[in-house]
Amino acid sequence: MAKAELMDFDKALELFEPVLGFEVHVELSTQTKMFSDAPNPAFGGHEISEPNTAITPVCLGLPGSLPVVNETAVRYSISLGLALGCQIAPTSRFARKNYFYPDLAKNYQISQYDEPIAFEGMLEVELEDGTLVQVPIERAHMEEDAGKLTHVGGSTGRIQGAEYSLVDYNRAGVPLVEIVTKPIFGAEHRAPELAKAYVSTIRDIVRALGISEARMERGNLRCDANVSLRPRGQVALGTRTETKNVNSLRSVERAVRYEIQRQAAILAKGGTITQETRHWHEDTGATSPGRPKSDADDYRYFPEPDLLPVAPTPQLIAELRAALPEAPAARRRRLKEEWGFSDLEFRDVVNSGLLVEVTDTVAAGASPQQARKWWTGEIARIANAQNAEPAALISPQHVAEIVALVESGSLTDRLARQVVEGVIAGEGSPADVVSARGLEVVSDDGALIAAVDAALAQQPDVLEKIRDGKVQAAGAVIGAVMKAMGGKADAARVRELVLERAAQ
Amino acid sequence: MSEITPERVAHLAMLARIALTDDEIEKLTGELGAIVDSVAKVQEVATPEVAATSHPIPLTGGMRPDVPGQTLTTEQALAGAPDHDGSRFRVTAILGEEQ
Repeated sequence: MAKAELMDFDKALELFEPVLGFEVHVELSTQTKMFSDAPNPAFGGHEISEPNTAITPVCLGLPGSLPVVNETAVRYSISLGLALGCQIAPTSRFARKNYFYPDLAKNYQISQYDEPIAFEGMLEVELEDGTLVQVPIERAHMEEDAGKLTHVGGSTGRIQGAEYSLVDYNRAGVPLVEIVTKPIFGAEHRAPELAKAYVSTIRDIVRALGISEARMERGNLRCDANVSLRPRGQVALGTRTETKNVNSLRSVERAVRYEIQRQAAILAKGGTITQETRHWHEDTGATSPGRPKSDADDYRYFPEPDLLPVAPTPQLIAELRAALPEAPAARRRRLKEEWGFSDLEFRDVVNSGLLVEVTDTVAAGASPQQARKWWTGEIARIANAQNAEPAALISPQHVAEIVALVESGSLTDRLARQVVEGVIAGEGSPADVVSARGLEVVSDDGALIAAVDAALAQQPDVLEKIRDGKVQAAGAVIGAVMKAMGGKADAARVRELVLERAAQ
Repeated sequence: MSEITPERVAHLAMLARIALTDDEIEKLTGELGAIVDSVAKVQEVATPEVAATSHPIPLTGGMRPDVPGQTLTTEQALAGAPDHDGSRFRVTAILGEEQ
């Protein structure tokens, strides 16, 4: 693959205005699939590892099988539509999207076409520095996911040169909501950042709603990013490309930046952009052309005759609206206020992706500052070293327990770091680690006094200084005591005792 | 006049993966044209107040609770497959990509 020519990003923005659009697919975490009572692999509690085990005749499109709509999937879709500020259609219809590809056995995907369940919304997205951007939502519609193909043969394991393909239909029929934005103008040099923030906001929303596991690395949340450029001063939109396979927040940002730079280089030379889907390659940080948008898009949609229109009652919509969680941006504003964090402290938490963890730790009883300190400090450091997500290492409950031990004086910060390390290493709860490693602070004054006396006896010169009123000299003795106690003493208490004993 | 042309019939046949001879295309152009013209007559009497109908009986809903049911065993699932590897369906490599 020839490496595409890229224009410097700032130069590209000087010459062209980027226009964005996103299609985000969200796999709903219902127990069963969209149109079949097969277990849904996207439901958190289902561990489905063997191919073609989570399927029914409906998933395979066997003759005589009929789809039936999952009521919970409809409720989830309405909730999501409402959270995106959409109107909910009083009646909406399913449609067949016809195409021949073995990822679905029916030769069509059941989707929604001209009557989506949710339409005309507006989503407030917050950039890293707190700037708010309104993203117009065109529609959010229900559909089913497709099965998974593995291409076998050829040298690369990819489609080119493959001899045959193996199909696993476990994912076929998983409930999806596809969220489509209108063209987004005015993002300018922050377009890549907005792309990331938009997908991140959708992720926060579906998590808060509890309707999707929303793990991008597992494909629960997938983003196709549309990018077009138009010369400054031109009204007509440029030709767009649609980049698929962008499976992390960082990739979304990089892919948009790359497409802006690639398209700008072509346009500046008088070339034209081909309207096509492109594939993002995480390893090379580049996109490559996929299929051109032509016959493949001739999907011959028509109303799905096997399914009735969906007509949610106004009562149901009102009920779901009342149950909506706070919008992410509003929630962040409230938490920042409640916790009394500075802009910097709060942004640090948000940008580290630790807002949920800190919130849960505070809910478990820790002070906000302590919760922030441990998550963005020691835990983030270990997570970084292990290349893991902080949330996967330790639970907010355990962090709150450690904070409580520090605040009650049972642990020093230094000991607490060892407890964190032990919990992460799988040694059990903080209490287990404290007792197994013998990390409790020595609060027995008798043992401390003995250590203080011994240290003072070894450093008579320091004792003299303290007696002369040079209290700061006590540091050397405190250090010796802390060392003798293996760090398991409260330094403030030791200081008190040193001064007390020296005076005698 | 009908919008159905021989080119359109050939295109639809390609999309539907149906091989048609030139004679068949010509015959179907006439037949499909007649059907489309007949349907178009209905549009003459339809008013904006009449919603498009996809079902003859005005029903909505018909949903099921979100409760897992019986699944097929892998053997059952693969029983009708022309080819498989014991757990997955085996199909000819098709140029294209996942939708």
